[in-house]
Amino acid sequence: MGWGGESREEMSKIETRGLNVYYGAVHALKEVTMKIDANKITALIGPSGCGKTTFLRALNRMNELRGAQTNGKVLIDGINIYNVEVDVIQLRKKIGMVFQQPNPFPMSIYDNVAYGPRLHGQRNSTLDEIVEVSLKKAALWDEIKERLYENALGFSGGQQQRLCIARALAVNPDIILFDEPCSALDPVSTARIEELLTELKRDYTIVIVTHNMQQAARVSDCTAFFLMGELIEYDKTSKIFERPKDRRTEDYITGRFG
Amino acid sequence: MKVRKEYLEALEKLKTDVLTMGELAKIAAKNAIDALVNHDKELAARLLEENSVIDRMEFEIENQCMKLLALQQPMAIDLRTIGTCMKIITDFDRISDLAGDIAVIVLKIAGEPYAKPLIDIPRISEISQGMIADCLEAFASHRIEKLEDFSARDDLVDGLVGQIQRELLAIMIENPRVITSASHLLYIALYQERIADHACNIASRIIYMVTGERRKLE
Repeated sequence: MGWGGESREEMSKIETRGLNVYYGAVHALKEVTMKIDANKITALIGPSGCGKTTFLRALNRMNELRGAQTNGKVLIDGINIYNVEVDVIQLRKKIGMVFQQPNPFPMSIYDNVAYGPRLHGQRNSTLDEIVEVSLKKAALWDEIKERLYENALGFSGGQQQRLCIARALAVNPDIILFDEPCSALDPVSTARIEELLTELKRDYTIVIVTHNMQQAARVSDCTAFFLMGELIEYDKTSKIFERPKDRRTEDYITGRFG
Repeated sequence: MKVRKEYLEALEKLKTDVLTMGELAKIAAKNAIDALVNHDKELAARLLEENSVIDRMEFEIENQCMKLLALQQPMAIDLRTIGTCMKIITDFDRISDLAGDIAVIVLKIAGEPYAKPLIDIPRISEISQGMIADCLEAFASHRIEKLEDFSARDDLVDGLVGQIQRELLAIMIENPRVITSASHLLYIALYQERIADHACNIASRIIYMVTGERRKLE
């Protein structure tokens, strides 16, 4: 991968070792050690403030933008992304992110998708293809191919969210991080995104934060339960929802938590 | 703070109803053999009437389960409990049906001398009632120790049934005039064996409910 860094260690697509994140005096993430497999969907669940979003944002160094202190390691393809030599721009190109609220740029569909590739120096001649492929992968092409030059803000929430996914795909990432991608969407749009996620995992490694446990159960291969900054339990999704080991996981997923 | 109060109450009601249904099935199994032993046609007839209550309960409990699944998205122990309830009510229903089948035979043969004295049939009945009772206790308490020897108990039942079968065959060969009454007893022995099998099914479901592990007892 193109961002430099130390020699490769034992390989997992994503691996954290003793990861801690602090927001000032608040210890938001405590000693999280976790391996995430390639071409799998890994769901992060837990109550508000449990650290799941902080964990997600630690995977592409987004927490730094909020002034967080991080220690421990995050290895992507064996390379610690917190090394000083790592080029953060290249890193975030490899690790795309989709947020809770669809946030297309106030420009056309085409320009939204072409934005990233242009920024990374892609020539205009190849852009048409990138835009089409990305929109197709995001299962949006057929709906909007006649309207490529209309302002993205005029589309529905579900379409905007898929546009944001297409925009993330356009710079050819390895990993896509989803931060509650469906919480602002209606059930039909949610179902489309969920279907899309399972399509995408063939080519990408996906990590998703969700408040919706049924969604985690439906789409993910593995689930991690966080509580008060700690990783409590991490296992196959079917195991977590059928027979979790830890009492705290059980209390949370059965709704006895309060 | 207590959350999901209604949900937890519905789960409790489900468990109570399953226990009640199980208790009724156990009583039916006991009454069937009591009616046989005491030549009590009245008890046999009452048993058959009361079986309709158990049938209705099965539907009603299944309904509760479907509703909880549809509306509450239960997970983990709750999901396993509901899945277990849905499975074991079928076994309870089958146990009461088998008790009913025995009662039907009792209505035919009571009052006349039986082809042989009843020794092993009441023994089997005692064993299988013990198994059902242990299932109900484990379901309520989540303690599964008493279910661990179910395979051995089932083997014991199978052995006794085999013994009855051989004895009755010998009696029938010796005296063809008792074939009708002897074959009635043979049926009763086989029904008893199946009741014990259902108790094993129930036990393995309860082990799953408690531990999350699927284990076949037979």
